[in-house]
Amino acid sequence: MPAWPDVRADFPILHQQVNGKPLVYLDSAATAQKPRAVIDALVRYYERDNSNVHRGLHALSMRATDAYEGARTRVAKFIHAADPAEVIFTRGTTESINLVAHSWGRAHLKPGDVVLATEMEHHSNLVPWQQAAKASGATLRYVPVLGANAEGGLDLAALDRLLTPSVKLFAFTHISNTLGTVNPAAELCRRARAVGAVTVVDAAQSVGHVPLDVQALGCDFLAFSGHKMCGPTGIGVLYGRRALLDKLAPDETGGGMVVSVDYEGASWKPAPERLEAGTPDIAGAIGLGVACDYLEGLDRAAIARHDSGLARLAYEKLSTLPNIRLLGPADARSGLVSFAFPDVHAHDVVTFADEDGIALRGGHHCNQPLMRKLGLTSTTRASFYVYNQPGEIDALVSSLQRTLKFFRG
Amino acid sequence: MSADLTELYQQVILDHNRRPRNRGRLPTANRVAHGDNPSCGDQCDVFLQLDGDRIKDISFDGSGCAISQASASLMTTQLKGKTAAEAEALYKKFHEIVTTGKEPEEISDLAAFAGVHTFPARIKCATLGWHAALNALKGDAAPATTESHTD
Repeated sequence: MPAWPDVRADFPILHQQVNGKPLVYLDSAATAQKPRAVIDALVRYYERDNSNVHRGLHALSMRATDAYEGARTRVAKFIHAADPAEVIFTRGTTESINLVAHSWGRAHLKPGDVVLATEMEHHSNLVPWQQAAKASGATLRYVPVLGANAEGGLDLAALDRLLTPSVKLFAFTHISNTLGTVNPAAELCRRARAVGAVTVVDAAQSVGHVPLDVQALGCDFLAFSGHKMCGPTGIGVLYGRRALLDKLAPDETGGGMVVSVDYEGASWKPAPERLEAGTPDIAGAIGLGVACDYLEGLDRAAIARHDSGLARLAYEKLSTLPNIRLLGPADARSGLVSFAFPDVHAHDVVTFADEDGIALRGGHHCNQPLMRKLGLTSTTRASFYVYNQPGEIDALVSSLQRTLKFFRG
Repeated sequence: MSADLTELYQQVILDHNRRPRNRGRLPTANRVAHGDNPSCGDQCDVFLQLDGDRIKDISFDGSGCAISQASASLMTTQLKGKTAAEAEALYKKFHEIVTTGKEPEEISDLAAFAGVHTFPARIKCATLGWHAALNALKGDAAPATTESHTD
């Protein structure tokens, strides 16, 4: 394991007992815990600056506007966007992807077109494309995942066959929330661009875990959630290249996004305002900006080494358990491990771990089609982040041993 | 192991989970219903051979946690020979057991599920098979889902 500072002191929630045992939080892929700095930023905003943004001429409104737009600039820098206006604040990854599926899909998809996704997509990067394909008459195709335990990643040879000029959009996840697979996002974007397809990258599991540069990736759109990267819930981002955003029709209309309205119609502001109708989650955006500061303070490349180091260690230790099925690649994985036992269901595993104060996630991880393909209905997932330590993996392994003994006798 | 967990995973439940009764398709079935628990992906098919109003034979098939599988298995042993009205009444009793932990006055294996009430997230696991069975009795074509019921 690479050397790593113990940052547990920064996270107030971790210092508690669950069922009489010290909390071991291994569910950060679902949502990450929040450092004191983020919590304080929310309190400070509501105690000192709370006011509606834009249009305001009084002191509080100006402070709130500055902080909100400052957060946009901060997030833009975090993902290395060329322009803060390329950062649209949304409720999260799901809303970001839906915005593209609705607005871009309505304008561009027609019968005969192909939307390409992959077999490892989270439902939030799959169902919106099913709906967009149904509404437009386009066809949805999937890049296959290789290996009985999905250890082989995406079938890049099949991608060559699938990426035809009919493909108008390619949506894929940067890091799989179920497998831990890290997809070659820059290469996928490059190959999609070669056939003229627009790319949508689901960065929900990557943006807080690995250094990410949207210009180096060469993506057209990229979506993520604040709460998986130490930020608050309810705030997320759609990044889009300026040229595309300015042509994107709003999915929601109302206050804040119009230049002028009369009883017959209205005209829209440019991005980002055009795509942010109504009062935004001001506090959430500010909190997300502070989360960016926090993660950058820890060094994002070091976070990536720490998280994947823990996942590799967990993979290694878990593989010693009898009759365990581990999903995804053996190495080069991001900070999570997903596993199944043929004779003990994930929900029973999670209930037993909870008894030991260990928070795991069991289920289909919003990945039902992939589960079916692998002949599974559910897996147990342990996911790691900046505050996790190698000792917590030992706690996990002994809890699992106890569970297996109980069910297997 | 805590008392709550011991209560949840009683021997009766572990036994039905390890050796499910009446599992698999029923070749003589004239009613079938499918149940889904969308919150966890558990599934359960219930096959009924109805003779008039009476359950002559019953089986289940599916996948899920120990609680859902054991509950469906135990249910098949309880419902065989019952009329639709008796099955409905038995479900009401079972529902009370898993939601309140109150054990029935008469001796019944169903009481093994009383420990479920301290784990509210698991109530849907325990009732999945029952929802499918009641739908099969009603002849509902739509799959049962634990989300559309008020538990």
